[in-house]
Amino acid sequence: MRRINKGLAALTSVALAFTIAACGEEKSGSTETKAADPASLSAELTWWDTSDAKNEGPAFQELIANFNKTYPNVKINYQSVPFAEAQNKFKTAAAAKTGAPDILRAEVAWVPEFASLGYLYSLDGSELLADESDYLAAPMASTKFDGKTYGVPQVTDSLALLYNKELVQKAGVEVPKTWAELKTAAQAVKQKTGVDGLYVNAAGYFTLPFMYGEGGDLVDTAGKKIVVNSEQNVAGLKVAKDLIDSGASVKPSATDGYGTMMTLFKEKKVAFIINGPWEVNNIKSAPGFGGVENLGVAPVPAGSAKAGAPIGGHDYVIWSGVPQEKAAAAVAFVKFLNSAESQAFLAEKLGLLPTRKSAYDVASVKSNAVVSAFKPVAEAAVSRPWIPEGGQFFGPLDQMATEVLIQNKDAKASLDAVANKYKAEVVPSYATN
Amino acid sequence: MSTVTADPAPGRVGLPTKLRQSWDKNWSAWAMVVPVVLVLAILIFYPLINGFWISFTNQTEANQLAEICTKSITGGEVCKENPNAWSFVGLDNYANVLSGKVGEFWMWTANTLVWTVVGVAFHYGLGLGLAVMINRQMRFRGLYRVLLVLPWAVPAFVSAFAWKFLFNERFGVINEMLGWVGVDPVAWFDSRWTSMFTAVVTNIWLGVPFMMVALLGGMQSISDELYEAAEIDGASPWQRFRAITLPGLRPVSMTVILLGTIWTFNMFPIIFLVTEGQPAGQTEILVTGAFRAAFEGLRNYSLASTYGVLILSILLVFSVFYRRVLRKQGEVW
Repeated sequence: MRRINKGLAALTSVALAFTIAACGEEKSGSTETKAADPASLSAELTWWDTSDAKNEGPAFQELIANFNKTYPNVKINYQSVPFAEAQNKFKTAAAAKTGAPDILRAEVAWVPEFASLGYLYSLDGSELLADESDYLAAPMASTKFDGKTYGVPQVTDSLALLYNKELVQKAGVEVPKTWAELKTAAQAVKQKTGVDGLYVNAAGYFTLPFMYGEGGDLVDTAGKKIVVNSEQNVAGLKVAKDLIDSGASVKPSATDGYGTMMTLFKEKKVAFIINGPWEVNNIKSAPGFGGVENLGVAPVPAGSAKAGAPIGGHDYVIWSGVPQEKAAAAVAFVKFLNSAESQAFLAEKLGLLPTRKSAYDVASVKSNAVVSAFKPVAEAAVSRPWIPEGGQFFGPLDQMATEVLIQNKDAKASLDAVANKYKAEVVPSYATN
Repeated sequence: MSTVTADPAPGRVGLPTKLRQSWDKNWSAWAMVVPVVLVLAILIFYPLINGFWISFTNQTEANQLAEICTKSITGGEVCKENPNAWSFVGLDNYANVLSGKVGEFWMWTANTLVWTVVGVAFHYGLGLGLAVMINRQMRFRGLYRVLLVLPWAVPAFVSAFAWKFLFNERFGVINEMLGWVGVDPVAWFDSRWTSMFTAVVTNIWLGVPFMMVALLGGMQSISDELYEAAEIDGASPWQRFRAITLPGLRPVSMTVILLGTIWTFNMFPIIFLVTEGQPAGQTEILVTGAFRAAFEGLRNYSLASTYGVLILSILLVFSVFYRRVLRKQGEVW
């Protein structure tokens, strides 16, 4: 009797453990209920990947292969669409209601714009957002528009100070923490090694750390005010201009500035650049650079107010034209692509910064030098205005950067012109200074 | 007309009768004209009129729909009225563009004029010179012709990228060659006119072959007897060129100059790819500037139509003026 009792108790406890495990599994993700038979899910999905086809694309294709191991009947048409073309292409197709991809990797600024035009599914209530609290707050903010959520953050990024360790060591300088220190460090590099110290790219996005550094911003969305021509921004641009005039930075060029910056950095002809984690793989594989061991990453230098860099990155979104029958498959695919494991895989392979807190706990991510170097950078990043017009801020800003940094025009006058353009063409309802 | 109002009966009966008589007599002609008229109406007149109409509204991508619907992935759809739906705004777009409040219309127009005049002048001048050289009997004439037509055969964007790279400030061949003769590298894209220079050079390289081929054709249609007679009269080569070649080329020249002007005026890819409008949009011509203003970022359909109407008007005024000049000179064209 006792034995029977014991046996029964053991049996019950095992059964109990099973139920609990089953419950736990059910709780951890409601997909598991559907995933009970992933093979029953059958659909053909098109995915526009806007990542770099050569450096980053293969890793994503590997992920798709993994996905198909669990979901053999969901066929993914992987299409690599150049980042520069994707926004227009998607809008054309979505407006025509035909030819848009089921899933798109959209830049953070595009999401509110597409959402305001009705081109995206809102994901509220779906299992994609079941564990929303696992996402970092700053990148998650980019997926929201008008009280609804239209995407999940795939990758976050920001600008940082990238440097060539070997050159910096040769010059015997510390890694700079302020723009002033960067100026002396860059000049020291030039004196001691004969190689140029710094390349400041004359484009709108790349002038933001200078403006944020003095406490400036583009617009005040809460107060509905255009503040791009503030004193702080003028001061920030003067810092950038001084770096170029003093010879600390190479004189930037008006076309292909970005490409020139990368070529020079990869060929060890410049020691410091300001750029984001998306180039890590490119630098790593550059012959003669010395691999990732030679790449130093530090937060952008601080101005008189703080050190600030703009937040960037990409979100996965689902086109609103996807028929409802395919919705479950699309959700399953995005869920897989953006699971903590997949994010950890991409972080390991490409050095991309995960947007899930849990992904940072994965051992391979923790030990990844590039990711841990960029983590504080991304956490300190300044949120951009998440409004549909957000993407249009950069055209006028690019012109301003060329005028001020290359053509020596007055910073205040150029910024005033930007403010006028914002008022006339971008956000007419906002007040000006 | 007055007869119709006074006595409607003949008009009502008259017109159908006339039409029927015409149909009976020329039915085949009518049947053949109708599809053409329909196609023209659908392909040309409708978009043209629609474009005019849109330029008087404030239609953009964001406000073209009266209501915006948001679908939820879990099912269901919420539609709400678009608070900023488009409306008729009269001449606002034209006022904004012409006053410079939106875009840089006048700078683009100035750029376009420089771009077109310099481009066509060099196209015609060089094309004529090369055509004269190649029209003579010489060895390897066929080879020269092939080589000179080559730029034309290469896709325009390939040439554009090639020239852009040649002019690259740091890695370009042109600055390297300047270095050989001791000239400092030029930052071609840093100022408005040097940047424009790179685009104009590219365009000249691309456009000369067409002019050369067209003028060569024209020259070969001039009768040899004229030259022989002139030679007997003792005319110098220059005199022969001025008195026979140029007048003989006149019908061809007028046509190719008109064509060249319209093509260069609307030549999009060179500016777009070579200078990218740099520095700071200062080398934008009307077509590229209008494209950027209207299609980069939020698509502004009304603004695009406004630019379209303005560009069309400029070209119309030009061709009317050009025809009048020709007619004054006795050219029937």
